[in-house]
Order: sequence, then structure tokens, then C-alpha cells
Amino acid sequence: MFDFLTSKFEDLFYKIRNKGKLSPQDLDGALREIRLALLEADVNFKVVKEFLDNVKEKALGEQILESLSPSQQVVKIVNEEIIKMLGSGGGEIVFAGKPPTVIMLAGLQGTGKTTATIKLANYIKNKYQRNVSVIAADIYRPAATIQLADTAKKYGVEVFIQENTDPVSIAVNGVDFLKKSGSDVIIIDTAGRLQIDTEMMDEVKNIRKKVMPHQIYLVLDAMTGQEAVNIAQQFNESLAFDGIIMTKLDSDTRGGAALSVNHVTKKQIKFISTGEKVEDFDIFYPDRIASRILGMGDVLTFIEKAEKVIDEKKAKEFEQKILSNDLNFVDFLEQMKSIRKIGSLDKIFAMLPIQNKSKMLANVNLDDAQINKVEAIINSMTTEEKLKPFLINGSRKKRIASGSGTTTNDVNRLLKQFAMAQQTLKQFSGRGHRSGQMKGFPFSF
Amino acid sequence: MQRLIKNISLIWNRFKKSNEDFWLEIEEQLILNDIGVKTAAFIIEEVKNHCRKENINDLEQIKLLLKKYILEILNDGAAAGSAKASALPDYNLSNSIPSVWMLVGVNGVGKTSTVAKLASFFQNAGKNVLLAAADTFRAAAYEQLDHFAEQLDLPIVHHQRGSDPGAVVYDSIEKAVARKIDIVLIDTAGRMHTAYNLMEELKKIKKVINKKIGRDPDEILMVIDATTGQNAKHQAAIFNEAVGLSGIILTKTDGTSKGGIVLTVKNELKIPVKFLTFGEKIENLEVFNAEKFTDLLFS
Repeated sequence: MFDFLTSKFEDLFYKIRNKGKLSPQDLDGALREIRLALLEADVNFKVVKEFLDNVKEKALGEQILESLSPSQQVVKIVNEEIIKMLGSGGGEIVFAGKPPTVIMLAGLQGTGKTTATIKLANYIKNKYQRNVSVIAADIYRPAATIQLADTAKKYGVEVFIQENTDPVSIAVNGVDFLKKSGSDVIIIDTAGRLQIDTEMMDEVKNIRKKVMPHQIYLVLDAMTGQEAVNIAQQFNESLAFDGIIMTKLDSDTRGGAALSVNHVTKKQIKFISTGEKVEDFDIFYPDRIASRILGMGDVLTFIEKAEKVIDEKKAKEFEQKILSNDLNFVDFLEQMKSIRKIGSLDKIFAMLPIQNKSKMLANVNLDDAQINKVEAIINSMTTEEKLKPFLINGSRKKRIASGSGTTTNDVNRLLKQFAMAQQTLKQFSGRGHRSGQMKGFPFSF
Repeated sequence: MQRLIKNISLIWNRFKKSNEDFWLEIEEQLILNDIGVKTAAFIIEEVKNHCRKENINDLEQIKLLLKKYILEILNDGAAAGSAKASALPDYNLSNSIPSVWMLVGVNGVGKTSTVAKLASFFQNAGKNVLLAAADTFRAAAYEQLDHFAEQLDLPIVHHQRGSDPGAVVYDSIEKAVARKIDIVLIDTAGRMHTAYNLMEELKKIKKVINKKIGRDPDEILMVIDATTGQNAKHQAAIFNEAVGLSGIILTKTDGTSKGGIVLTVKNELKIPVKFLTFGEKIENLEVFNAEKFTDLLFS
């Protein structure tokens, strides 16, 4: 997520970083680039103006031009300002003193409210071990109720559905009913509506008045353009929502809407939705996303996830083996498996601090199916072959190929890649020890 | 004398400055409509040059010029109202039935509703339409489309949820041929352009169609939500690379976003807009009209 913004800044700061000192022209040039990047990222242009003024003021105020490492200071200021714009960020669910806690979702058509309803329900259920249920209050979109009911059932979430009545009554009756059935948390899925549709806005205002939800979240598509500001502002005027759920961040959207909406409404982005799976839902971390924007990648998330799945002792052993040129397919498979626990390849890649990611990505096929193939091939090897890849000759290749449902070409390719990887890894780990700082980081932690 | 020169340069500077501010403001207006920095700069450069050449300094005239150049982008470089502009076809139907149209796009842009609106549009034009429910992924996607099929009394082909969308398309065309249907409208699942496997699936669907009718689909239309910002350009670029887009359908234009991003898509990727939808009613669809659209941008 936020890939585009990140790559723009990566390029920009790469240019500045190579200079010893920053001239006033450099600062103006940098600000122009930042303006372009932010506008291309769909940050509202008024917000961009304010942002640039702040950065400039800070940059000049801190006598950046005289400092020894000006680029690091610009990075620091831009980083701080972006975090400031993103607000204090996501968070915990605030439960009502006396259950049930009622949460209502609202937003434009097609932002992903129904999907977010289930994802949020599943998230609360797993994280807080609460009894969560949902109310289907979208009576307009054909089959919206079926969509909610189908998915809810799959995830063990109770659904309240009522036919032949209006959304306000559905919400009121639903809360009554689910309260009695012992729900700790009730989430109301409302129909998509335009913020300028008075009749529909009155309806959702009425639900709010009658049900008095403890929390109201605006569901916002991360790909929204310049209008995001007005949409959020008007929903806020009608509903005084408590936070924002930003959806579709699995696209390569630049996500500038996040910056502007937060800035204009002063409401936090609470959660982000990042994929088609129900589990693709997380708390919003402004600092992490600012890091990504600045080209450091979402390293914190990556480390956190990696820590959960990678056994440090085994990783050390692996490194030793690389250094002693002792790497075999058994280790390889094990490492691959633990890395895959972090997430799909494109998600892992998105988290890494790599320069010119978008350009690289154009030529890289981050296909998990390829990895499945590799796994199948390795699994079709005998233990001896795994430990001593050089044993694999023509007839063995044939056997492995037919065992894994691949071709000898595939097996050849893997063997070749493996040999190359062995070489590269060895060089890489040798160099890594000498230079303390990884190339590609604008500044050290 | 010294003083005069100083004053002139002061005035000159002020004029120059205000002039720059003026263009900056125009640029902001264009960007505010999601037109995007690059295309906005392109349009402004054209207008500026024109103004310089013909010594134009009047705001109303400048506005007209902006419209003129925006229209030229939308009309493939043809001047508005010219014979060339009006000769551009609205959309493609095949001489031999059935014509096959496929709708693609990211999640939540309104593909299913648009399929229904197109069906109604062609029904009103006296055509037989068949719907192919090739979104086998989203829960209740078929039920949603089926609701419209019932409402419009149209045949619909669907398989079980999670089944192969290519097979749905195959069966749809078989059925359409047997029943002498004029147009098959294919509703595909919303997919992020960044999801490699799902884009591959789309290529496969296109292949199935080609095998079945001996040519590519008559239209492969990408649906863009008018609320979308610059990302729509990436979407269009990647979908276009995967399956070759013949056009864009711009949805939700009844909202406060006017969909200026399609101008960028046209300018930078040369993919034309073919239809527009503007509301929740089934008849809220019309053939794209560049002039009307441009007027809306300025309203």
C-alpha cells in the first residue's frame, strides 16, 4: 500500500542524498517534487499546500541549509509532517460500559462496507473473544443481505435480517433482538449512499438517532480522488463519525486520500482492509505508513510479522550454512515455508525498503503459484537429493518432474536458480557484515 | 529614467506573477477534478500556446479554449462538432450474432449494476440480451445479477459459486448461439489489477470467448468509479495490458466527483469512454457524450 508515494519519495531523496549540502534551490526543487508526488497521490490540493508550507517553514526554521546532513533533516521533517497529517492513528475498539457495543458503518456505494462489516466482526471476535453479530440494514442493493448472511455464516457470526421493512426499523429491531440473544458487539451494515442524497442521509441519521451507536465508522475507498475531503466532511457533518475504515489498500493506490481525509475531519483512520480474505484487516499505523511513504518500507510490520514466524536459532544456522557454502534444499524449503507464513509474496515485497520498487515490480512476477511449484519439486526429491543437490542427474530430474507434475525444464530452472541463489546469498551476507547500514535506508534507526 | 524602468519592471513582475497565479489556479481546478498533474499540464500548455499565438487575454475566451482542448482529447484529436468527431462509433456490435461484451474492473465500481443497465439499454433498442454471471467469487454476486435478470425478464447463465468463470462464459455463448441471442453481457468478478492470478484468469476468459466465437470480444469495457483518483490510470494500464480494453464505462457520476480521471486515461492511454451511468435506476445509463461531459466538468 502507498507504494506509489513511496517510490516517488525514494527517487527524490535518493537524488538529494547524494549531495553534501542542500541549497535553497534544492529545497524548492524538493518541495516541487513533493507537491507533484502528493497531488499524483490524490492528496487534496489544499492539504498539499498546507503541508508544503509547514515543511518549508520547519526546514528553514531549523537552519537546515547549514546543517551537515540536510537531506536527512528534510526526510525527518517530511516524515513528521506526514505522521502529523495521518493523525494519531488506529486503534483499539472502545467497548461500551454495558454490552452490547453497537457499531455502525456508513459510506458511499462500493467502498466495501459489507466486506468491512464481516472483517471487523471477525477481527473483534478473534482479538477480544467477544460474541459479535451483524445487522443487514442495506435493503436497496439487490442481494446485499444474502452477501452479508452468507459470509457471516461462514465465520460463525450471527446475522439479523428482516424483510419488508425500512432500514431504521431493521436497525432498531436488530439491536433489540441481538441484545437479548447475548451479543457483546453488534455491527450495523448500512446501504451505500451519496453524501448529497438528503433522503438517504436522513435515513442514516435516523438510524443513528434511534439506535445511538457507540461508534460510527466511515468506510472509505483508499483509491478515492480529490473529493475524499468533501465526502468525509459531509458524512462527518451528518453523522459525526468516530473513525474511518480505509479499504482496498491491496491495490497499488497511492492512498493520498488517507492524508487529506484525516487532516480535514480530524478523525482517526482506525482500520485498514488489505485484501479479499476476511483476515486481511488490520489496525492503521500512521508511523508505519509514513515510513513506507518515505521509502523505508513498512519495516516495522515486516519485522513484527517475521518475529512471529521465524525461529532465530534456525535463522542463524541458515546464515552459517550460506557462509560455509553448505546450503541444501532441506534448509531452503524450511526457510521458504517460514517466510510464506508472513504473507503472500507481493505483500512481503511491499513491506521491504527497496529502491524503485514500482520499476522493479514491473519485471518481477510475484506469483505464489510459482512458489507452490518450487515446493512441489523439492518435495519430490529424495532426502539424499535434497541434501546433495549435485547428485541430481538426468534420470533423477525426469523422476522429480513427473513426481511433482512439472517438466524437466522446471526442475532444471530450479537447480540453476538454486545455484545462483547460493552464490548471491553468500556475497550478500559477506557484504552485510561490513557495512553497518543497509543500502536503501535514508537514515538509520 | 531609472525610476521608470524600475516601475515598469515592478508592474511587469506583478503581471507576470499574477499571470502565473492565474494558470496555477486553473491547474488546481483541473486537478480538483482528478484530471491529474500531467494531463492538466498538457492541457494548460496547449491553451497557453494558443493564447500567446492569438494574443488572447480574456477569461471567457480562455475558458472556451480549455473546453476545446479537453474535447479534442476526448474526441481523438478531432475538433468538437466536426464530421470526424461525429463519425466516431459509440460502441461495437458484431455483424454475426451474438455480440459478446465483457465488463471488467476493480472491486466495488458497479460492474453488476452496469451490466443490468446495459442489458436494459439494449433491450429498449429491441435486442435479445443474455447475461453471463461470471463473477463466481463474491458472495451473492449471482443473486444480485439474477435479481436484474428477473426484473428485465432476461436469460441468465450461472454456475455454482467458486466454479470456473471461463466455463460460465463458454456455456453462455453456447446458449446464446442456440437461442439466437443478439448480445451476451459478461459480468466478471471485481479484481485488483495488482492480483496477478486474477488478471491471468481474465486472460483465460478472453481466450475462451475467442475460441468460441472466432474473434475477440466485441467490447472489453473497464468500469471506473467516478470517485476514483489517479489510481484509475494504473488500473486501466494494467487491465489494458492484460486483455486489451476497448473502452471505459464511467459510473456514479451522480455523485460530487465528475470523473476527470477518464481524461487522463484517454490522454495517456488512448482508451475512450463509451458509457456513463448516473444513478441507482436501471435506466440511468447513456452513451458517453464528450461535450456534455466537458460542460459538467466546468459546471
